[in-house]
Amino acid sequence: MALPRMVQRLTAWLDERVNVTEIWEFVRHKVVPVHRHTVWYYFGGMTLFLFAIQVCTGILLLLYYRPSAEEAYESVQFIVTEVHFGWLIRSIHSWSANLMIATLMIHLFSVYFTQAYRKPRELTWVSGMCLFGIALFFGFSGYLLPWNALAYFATKVGTDVAGQVPVVGHLLTQILRGGEEVTGATLSRFYGIHVAILPLLTTGILGIHLFLVQKQGMSVPVELERSGSPPTTMPFFPNFLLRDLVGWLTALAVLAALAAYFPWELGVKADPFAPAPAGIRPEWYFMYMFQTLKYLPAKIGPLDGELVGIMGFGLGGLFLLLVPFLDQRAARGEKSPLFFWIGVGIVTYIVVLSVLGYVAPGGQ
Amino acid sequence: MPRRWRLLLTTLLVAPVLSLAGEGEAQQLPEGNSCIQCHQGLGDPRVTPPAERFAQDIHLAKGILCQDCHGGDPASFDPQQSMSRAKGFIGRPKHQTIPTLCGKCHSDADYMKRFNPSLRVDQVQEYFTSVHGKLLKKGDQKVATCISCHDVHRIRAIKDQQAWTYPVKVVDTCGRCHGDPAYMAGYSIPTDVVAKYKVSVHYEALTKKGDLSAPTCNVCHGNHGAAPPGVGSVANVCGTCHGVPADLFAKSPHQKAFAAMGLAPCVTCHSNHDVMKTSDDMVGTTDKAVCVTCHDANSAGFKQAAAMRASLDGLRESIGRAAARLDQAEHAGMEISQARFELRGATDALLKTRAAIHLVDRAVIQKLTDEGTQIATAALAKGDKALDDLAYRHRGLWVSVGIILLVIVGLVLKIREVDRRQDRERIAERRE
Repeated sequence: MALPRMVQRLTAWLDERVNVTEIWEFVRHKVVPVHRHTVWYYFGGMTLFLFAIQVCTGILLLLYYRPSAEEAYESVQFIVTEVHFGWLIRSIHSWSANLMIATLMIHLFSVYFTQAYRKPRELTWVSGMCLFGIALFFGFSGYLLPWNALAYFATKVGTDVAGQVPVVGHLLTQILRGGEEVTGATLSRFYGIHVAILPLLTTGILGIHLFLVQKQGMSVPVELERSGSPPTTMPFFPNFLLRDLVGWLTALAVLAALAAYFPWELGVKADPFAPAPAGIRPEWYFMYMFQTLKYLPAKIGPLDGELVGIMGFGLGGLFLLLVPFLDQRAARGEKSPLFFWIGVGIVTYIVVLSVLGYVAPGGQ
Repeated sequence: MPRRWRLLLTTLLVAPVLSLAGEGEAQQLPEGNSCIQCHQGLGDPRVTPPAERFAQDIHLAKGILCQDCHGGDPASFDPQQSMSRAKGFIGRPKHQTIPTLCGKCHSDADYMKRFNPSLRVDQVQEYFTSVHGKLLKKGDQKVATCISCHDVHRIRAIKDQQAWTYPVKVVDTCGRCHGDPAYMAGYSIPTDVVAKYKVSVHYEALTKKGDLSAPTCNVCHGNHGAAPPGVGSVANVCGTCHGVPADLFAKSPHQKAFAAMGLAPCVTCHSNHDVMKTSDDMVGTTDKAVCVTCHDANSAGFKQAAAMRASLDGLRESIGRAAARLDQAEHAGMEISQARFELRGATDALLKTRAAIHLVDRAVIQKLTDEGTQIATAALAKGDKALDDLAYRHRGLWVSVGIILLVIVGLVLKIREVDRRQDRERIAERRE
């Protein structure tokens, strides 16, 4: 199909300066392997799409949000009641954040179980794990920003947990809170982290992650690689991208439905002098940790139960971060049942403890 | 060994052990005090308990000992000396002398200043203005004196939660006499007052809500000057807490009418000891309304009562409608906290109207209920708007979803077209 003359001239002008033809050729020749696990490839793009929604809606919220203990709650209230489509933007921002973490977790574990972290994609995995950590911190810092009672006390509990980290715990809590208690200083700090520091880090690490994905191409499962026969592929453009678009539009429709039928609650304004309300709980993606800490006894041997829990989660995170370097069988292109079953254990643990967090007596 | 020395020996050996006994936070009893050591050592139920109980007495904490009330010489362990009349020993004070005996210190401003400069010193003076004090002067041996209410030998500070005078315990302290028909026989006053008070809203506030400012016997009757308030002073007594209704009542036509009929204000409608939680049912012309006690059907007062009740009901229903609408919007996920906050203005107007009932002025009540209804109507409109917005959002959603679905269908068709075209191209390539 011939491009309009105007577009042709513009392309030629750009080509002369930044060689867009090379980029276009790359896109045109990029292929995506087709096999029984291809479906998992879509979750990376879906996460990226939801992140883009977060950026757009976040920028719009910034226009009205005021980051102080005196005004934060009222400004969010103003956004959802007075600003045109403010309710929609705020609800989509909140729902999209949760869906993004969900798709990110699916993406992470699909990569884990297909052993796509193996050589030569170690750095892609490590950068992805960093992005996962950043996404969790995005959620934690954003939860406090409306300055409502539930978020206030959940942040208090969350930052108390950070205080259990050996040696630097107290310092870490003080840095997070901007003092001894959760106050307006904590809110300003979380705001700065949420809208400046984390986006900056994300931009850099996401850039590296996407560069590596393009540079190394999509990984194929070990058994397919070992079969020796070249995998069936489909062109990225337009075949895979069109399929991606279907997924993105479906996600958009789901987000709109959630925003219209289940608008994100604002709750009551935080009052530091009021008793903690019933049902304080973190966002669902922290629930398994919260529930674990509830089950741990006060003392495990000479150590505090909470400290043991924190160290356990720290080691778990470190294990996931370093898995490409620990799984030597995968590095040799072989299947690794041990790591597969460890992964099954981790997923089961997260799912069971999260469910218990919502259904166990006292869980709510 | 002479009996006197045997007694002394027994006392010295047994007293330290007994001084550890007792309940509550006992203080260390002074050593070398013959009153305490001998009375403890005797083990006689007639004379030992005072010495044992004294360990929990506020006077001991302030350094005031047995001899300061009973006289005698506590330094001597010779009963002839320690309980010598020559040394001022008075033994057990007579019932009618107790107020004067306590007043020896408690009415001495110079002396009491040492312990608490803000402590009152007019209790005895006030006591003799009370019914108790007046009867005591006439020789009544049953009426209450200081120790009847404050206990004896185990007198506690009034802020002490175990004190008989602690607010939640006052009704039982008074009730020991006033709730006992046998004891009160001969005095022509009812003895069901304690039982009645214990079902009142005041007792509930005091004991269930822990509101120590809620009235108990002494708050309305006075404590040292205890007497039933006369018809003319009831409104003043109730008005110490319920100032607004009392002031409004004083300006109302009821004030003169009640006085003319010899009816006590406040208690005629609200009762006295068994004061119940008020409700709008008290106003109007139904069986539950207090207005119909005096106002016959078709009288002007009867019509006024009906109109006031209609105003109250109208405002209350407006608030209920608005609150229900806001609840509905909130359950649907809409943010309505501002409207809910504004609705409080209508609730305030309802409270003011309920107080203004005591003025019995239809115009004032109408004005207040109109203001409240206006606020409730505005809140209702905000609830309606929130629900309209919700319906708009749902319509907008389905339109958007429709458009998105159309685009998705278009994309799926495009995917199929691309896939087929590429398959055809691949087949053509293979043939070539």
